[in-house]
Amino acid sequence: MSALAALPESGEEKPLLHVSKLSHWYGERLGCRDVSFDVYPGEVVAIVGESGSGKTTLLNCLAGRLRPTAGVVEYLMRDGRARNVLSLTEAERRFLARTDWGFVHQNPSDGLRMTVSAGANVGERLMAIGDRHYGTIRETALDWLGRVEIASDRIDDEPRAFSGGMRQRLQIARNLVTRPRLVFMDEPTGGLDVSVQARLLDLLRSLVTDLGLAAIIVTHDLAVARLLSHRMLVMKNGVVVEQGLTDRLLDDPRHAYTQLLVSSILQV
Amino acid sequence: MPTRIVVSGLAKSFVMHLQGGVELPVVSNVDFSVESGECVVLGGPSGAGKSSILKMVYGNYGADGGQILIRDGDRLVDVAAAAPRRIIRLRESTIGYVSQFLRVVPRVSALDVVAEPLVARGVDRDTARARAGAMLDRLNVPRRLFDLPPATFSGGEQQRVNVARGFVTDHPILLLDEPTASLDAGNRSVVVSLIAEKKAAGVAMLGIFHDEEVRSAVADRIVDVAAFRIAA
Repeated sequence: MSALAALPESGEEKPLLHVSKLSHWYGERLGCRDVSFDVYPGEVVAIVGESGSGKTTLLNCLAGRLRPTAGVVEYLMRDGRARNVLSLTEAERRFLARTDWGFVHQNPSDGLRMTVSAGANVGERLMAIGDRHYGTIRETALDWLGRVEIASDRIDDEPRAFSGGMRQRLQIARNLVTRPRLVFMDEPTGGLDVSVQARLLDLLRSLVTDLGLAAIIVTHDLAVARLLSHRMLVMKNGVVVEQGLTDRLLDDPRHAYTQLLVSSILQV
Repeated sequence: MPTRIVVSGLAKSFVMHLQGGVELPVVSNVDFSVESGECVVLGGPSGAGKSSILKMVYGNYGADGGQILIRDGDRLVDVAAAAPRRIIRLRESTIGYVSQFLRVVPRVSALDVVAEPLVARGVDRDTARARAGAMLDRLNVPRRLFDLPPATFSGGEQQRVNVARGFVTDHPILLLDEPTASLDAGNRSVVVSLIAEKKAAGVAMLGIFHDEEVRSAVADRIVDVAAFRIAA
């Protein structure tokens, strides 16, 4: 059964992100093909599959970081209108990425500025949306460092001096400080020790629930998908072979590949 | 008394692709209904498909055919065909599931594990924690354990935490997946009285109980699952 809290009640709402027939080719080589799904506000969708299955290609296409060869990605803007992400200007896309979206990289140094202080890493996104008051920015940064369990006396330290788990938590604070509505995460717990992972997962789980975030999480770890997601897409060789309710896919997998994935989990 | 669950023509089989695509038929033509204030028990030998039926009603297993109609407020939802989001919402508002197996979440205390479904249903955190504490008390979970994550609890303690989590809400439908298995006599009788209170409150319950004594204490009707067994 899902360990995640249920979705907020709502009527026939529009999807926050609508993906239709998305394909990406690297020349002759397939990245992903004909991917279609919707993400609704407050919903967490996991994309699972082994390395090379096209998960990260798909994520980068959705976030506008990679231009797909074909297909549509529509995002419901704050004004209630759906816009094709692929036809936004670069300036519009950057603004969206800095305000309404978050992107958590597997390697924190890809998402942080390693040579400016932790406080500035968090404050920078606030300045990007027009916050100019130094005191307010520092106070908000402190509050967010606290929420991701980084001691306040580390605010002036550079992330270079942080452990891997702390860096990942800082990257999460940097992303969430602008209250995005959609967060993309690429293997957010990859490369961390198990105990550090558990802390990060618990933190992510409560932040996602408390803030009502929608998120798309790429992971090869089915336990992470079970803990964090409502819905799951299983990818193999660039194609979504099965999608549906996370606990149903894990407990009653239908596709041969999903059955293989589930049966390959090591029991502790 | 309104009918809360109507199952008709329900069918399920498993196709095991890793064993050369062998098909394991489970049940077909499953028909029964559950009224408000009633506890219907699925009976039949082990392997007859009781647990599969319960899991299909919760949406945890997919159905191959038939309908599972659930009354959700003034609407009817067919779990066998509903979209994942609809099922998640149904679990929040209408269908609770009580099992003995606790899925432990790192770092979350026993009290919060039990309070969580209440918070998800909009109860404020303090009230939710108070109700969670009262339920843990009833199931004789020592108070010194309330603030600890259940990962390190004994099997019996974890089971009681999960039973508390299942019974603490006011869901109008409860699915009971052997909630008394391996509980001691004292806690078994606590669960029997919790079920009686749910009945009095009009909750519709569908359950599996292997313990003869508990079954006869709680069952209003027994549906024999062996009748739905597909001839292999």
